[in-house]
Amino acid sequence: MLLKDEVGMLQRVPLFSGIEPAKLKLLAFTSDRVNYSAGEILFRQGDEGDAAYVILSGKADILVDSDSGPIKVAELLPNSIVGEIAILCNSSRTATVRAATSLEVLRIRKDHFLRLMKEFPEMTIEMVRVLADRLSHTTADLIDARNA
Amino acid sequence: MEPSLTRYIWRHTRKQQIWILAIVLLSMIPYFMSFNLPKLIVNGPIQGKGFEQPGATLPFMRLHYDLPFIGEVQFFSGFQLDRTATLLALSIVFLLLVVINGLFKLYINTYKGRLGERMLRRIRFDLIDRVLRFPPIYFKRVKSAEVATMVKDEVEPLGGFIGDAFLQPVLLGGQALTAMLFIMVQNVWLGMIAVVIVVIQIVLIPRMRRRLLVLGRQRQLTARALSGRVGEIVDGIGAVHVHDTSNYERADIAARLGLIFKIRFDLYQWKFMVKFLNNFLAQLTPFLFYMIGGYLVIAGRLDVGQLVAVIGAYKDLPGPMKELIDWDQDRQDVQVKYQQVVEQFSVEDIIAPSIGALTIDDPGRMTNPLSAVGLSIADDGGAMLLNRISMQVRPGETVALVSTSTGGAEALAEAFARLNWPESGKVASGADDLLELPEAVTGRRMSYASSDVFLFQASLRDNLLYGLKHAPLTSVTYEGAAADKQRWNIDEARRSGNPDFDIHSDWIDYVSAGATGPHDLFEAVRRVLDAVLLSRDILDLGLRSSADLTRHTKLAGRIVELRAALRTRLEQEGLRELVVPFEPGAYNTEATIGQNLLFGAAAGPELADKALAANPYFASVLKQAGLDRTLYEMGMEIAEQAIELFADLPPDHQFFQQLAFMSAEEIPAYETLLQRLKNRPYEAVSEADRAMIITLSFAYIEPRHRFGLLTDELMGKIVAARNQFYENLPPQLQNAIERYDPDKYIAAATVMDNVLFGRVGTNHPDAPDRIRSIVYDILDELGLYAELLDVGLDFNVGAGGRRLTGGQRQKLDVARALLKRPDFLILNRPLSALDQRIQDKVLRNVLEEARRDGHSPAIVWVVTSPAMAMMFDRVIVFDSGQLVEDGTHETLLAGNGIFKELLS
Repeated sequence: MLLKDEVGMLQRVPLFSGIEPAKLKLLAFTSDRVNYSAGEILFRQGDEGDAAYVILSGKADILVDSDSGPIKVAELLPNSIVGEIAILCNSSRTATVRAATSLEVLRIRKDHFLRLMKEFPEMTIEMVRVLADRLSHTTADLIDARNA
Repeated sequence: MEPSLTRYIWRHTRKQQIWILAIVLLSMIPYFMSFNLPKLIVNGPIQGKGFEQPGATLPFMRLHYDLPFIGEVQFFSGFQLDRTATLLALSIVFLLLVVINGLFKLYINTYKGRLGERMLRRIRFDLIDRVLRFPPIYFKRVKSAEVATMVKDEVEPLGGFIGDAFLQPVLLGGQALTAMLFIMVQNVWLGMIAVVIVVIQIVLIPRMRRRLLVLGRQRQLTARALSGRVGEIVDGIGAVHVHDTSNYERADIAARLGLIFKIRFDLYQWKFMVKFLNNFLAQLTPFLFYMIGGYLVIAGRLDVGQLVAVIGAYKDLPGPMKELIDWDQDRQDVQVKYQQVVEQFSVEDIIAPSIGALTIDDPGRMTNPLSAVGLSIADDGGAMLLNRISMQVRPGETVALVSTSTGGAEALAEAFARLNWPESGKVASGADDLLELPEAVTGRRMSYASSDVFLFQASLRDNLLYGLKHAPLTSVTYEGAAADKQRWNIDEARRSGNPDFDIHSDWIDYVSAGATGPHDLFEAVRRVLDAVLLSRDILDLGLRSSADLTRHTKLAGRIVELRAALRTRLEQEGLRELVVPFEPGAYNTEATIGQNLLFGAAAGPELADKALAANPYFASVLKQAGLDRTLYEMGMEIAEQAIELFADLPPDHQFFQQLAFMSAEEIPAYETLLQRLKNRPYEAVSEADRAMIITLSFAYIEPRHRFGLLTDELMGKIVAARNQFYENLPPQLQNAIERYDPDKYIAAATVMDNVLFGRVGTNHPDAPDRIRSIVYDILDELGLYAELLDVGLDFNVGAGGRRLTGGQRQKLDVARALLKRPDFLILNRPLSALDQRIQDKVLRNVLEEARRDGHSPAIVWVVTSPAMAMMFDRVIVFDSGQLVEDGTHETLLAGNGIFKELLS
């Protein structure tokens, strides 16, 4: 996949949709393209967060440790971003991400990601929107869980 | 050292000064003869005096003297020569005298120069010798750069002066006196005038120069302080940047330079003022001669001839006088410099020379207990760190010193290491005061490591073995020219009062490290490195550095085996795609285009980096292969993309780390270049511009940069160009490149690159770590682990060891202390930069390693955490400079004292 295709992919990621293509190209250029085969781990729960990942192709599972072993809580599809929370909060990874199929991702380093957020407010706003959206979903889930 | 320079010079060069004086006096004979000779030539053969008769001859070289009572005695009647022959003979004598005078001058100057240089060498050595014997407290007060300037710069002028120290006044004084006497003989009154003026000069000028001396001293002190500050800025550059104080430093330096300028300018003004006065006085005398002498002539009390003779003689007076006064100025100047330096180097409590005397024989073991007797130690400000402590460490005992923050255990450890001298009481080994034992005993039978490590700028190996270099243990035999040189070295060293220990001898005391010679020393080294957990770090350094093949032959010899083993292992673990190997007939997609073209490691500047594209031979190969145009177009594309991506970013933006093609500073240059070359046909582009653009393509790696510029066809062409390049490689480039050969070790590449013989794929984030651990496994399996460790030991640690991390430095210090296998091992918070888990591990290893082979040294360890004390026979607790608890770990734990409190 060439740089310009990656830019096309990034444009489809909601988080980056507001950013002009030239800047996305820079982001793609300065990020590492990484391949994983099925079953390989991108990062583990509890690790220190040093990068965020954009899925270019393939699928990955989000796993959370529990007493009865890891539980799959979600699936990542192409164009989704994962791992950004640990970067933003300076916390450790809240879940494990494992490649479900052979996987191509763009690995954006922490310092690059933070720099981008500083330079592109539209991206930051989008980021906040996504997070808020997730929070409202989580809250709704929690209420459902309480009521159940 | 002598407080007076004159006395110092006289003491060390008395004989030489007398000798050179004698030679100078001897040289006066031909010198004065050559004065008289022109008169003889002109009057005799040229004007024909004595040759009035044609065919007349005169004796030449007749030796005859009028002796009292005996009358004229003739020793030699001389040769009878006619006019022309006499002219010839006298001219030849003249030439002979010129040569003799010249040779005398050469000899005298060489002798003086050598004398001065020897003395300079002696002074410098004496100074450094004193530095080596200063008491520890002195070093808390001086800046190293200041000491260095004193030794290097401030004594330098002394060398020039020493040869003239006694000669010049005798010589010039003699000349001045002769001229004076001559004037006196002509006319007493005129002579008196000259005397008065000279006396005024002698009295007044040095007086005025006193201010020059004061200024000179100030200049010396301010310059020394400046070099101290510069040294401080360099050493503390981190602190300067961290606190944004660079402008404070700028202000400080500017202020100092301003002061130095002012002093120097004052010096100039005053100097020329003195010069003016001196010249004026010298010229005043002829004025008086003309006026008073003229009056005397008019009055008829002096004849004209005498006046002219006096004025003529006076011409010879100011010269020597001036030089004499200059000499005196020099003397005072260097005397001041010398005193300034000697003052700085005269310290109380200097260590006696016998303490550090060279001892070749093994001093024998320290079997007496080490004790502190009523020991008090104060810090520089006078506060008590330890207050009348008495304790004893028996041989073979392991003792943990536990201390509250003001406890003073560290001061005790420093006192054991003689780094901190007692305020009162003493540290003793048996009945002897430790400070009176020679360093040959304490430095060999005791070891000390602390958190404050100093490493020399040398290899890791040299630093590690530094603790074993006590004395030259082998005598090196030199042959031929080297033997002559060595004899000369020894002879000169002795003449300058320097020691003649041979630095090329083997200084390493193998026996104390438990080895018998260079061949089995490595085992001991490896054990101590393992003990302090430093081996892995050194292996990493070894992998990243290029091996010296003259030393590490094994690695090169088995490289094929190593590469094959790596391939097999990667295959077995299903990691084949992690490394793309170099294959002579194939394009390596993970390597740059430049690497693929060159397919070798640049061993010289001709084909390295930016020079490659501009190399004429390389350019011609590209042209032949039909690649020049393709790569140019590719370079243009890359330039466009790179500028599009990066042009708007500030030059310090961290994204630039990702841009392999050009640096942030080069962007504007490429921007203009691109504008200029756009739409210009390839043929119209100059060679230099082409090279600029083609260079960009050399850094391109398709999977990493993903511009989509590399086609299969292009790859094929590149491989073909590679072969062409090597086929016709001109002889002058043969040594500039080492071709990648699967069967050969590449000396210019790192060990890691040699083993990999390929490129790690960019698509696997953890590939480097995985490969590294596989490489270690393989090296171990093939028995090359030690070899790699040895390569790592070649690593230069940098100034003060700063290329290592703090933790690595501390580990190295402990390893160095262990390697000596001492009777008393003193460790003063030695691993404070490491986390507690590693500290515990190293502690356990060190205790075990120290006791290997039935050795049982006493170990005194100032621990950073009280929990570590569990590992020791005995625990001593300090609080506020007092020894508060002393016992085994169990007893202290059972009691309810400070130790228990500290533990919880």
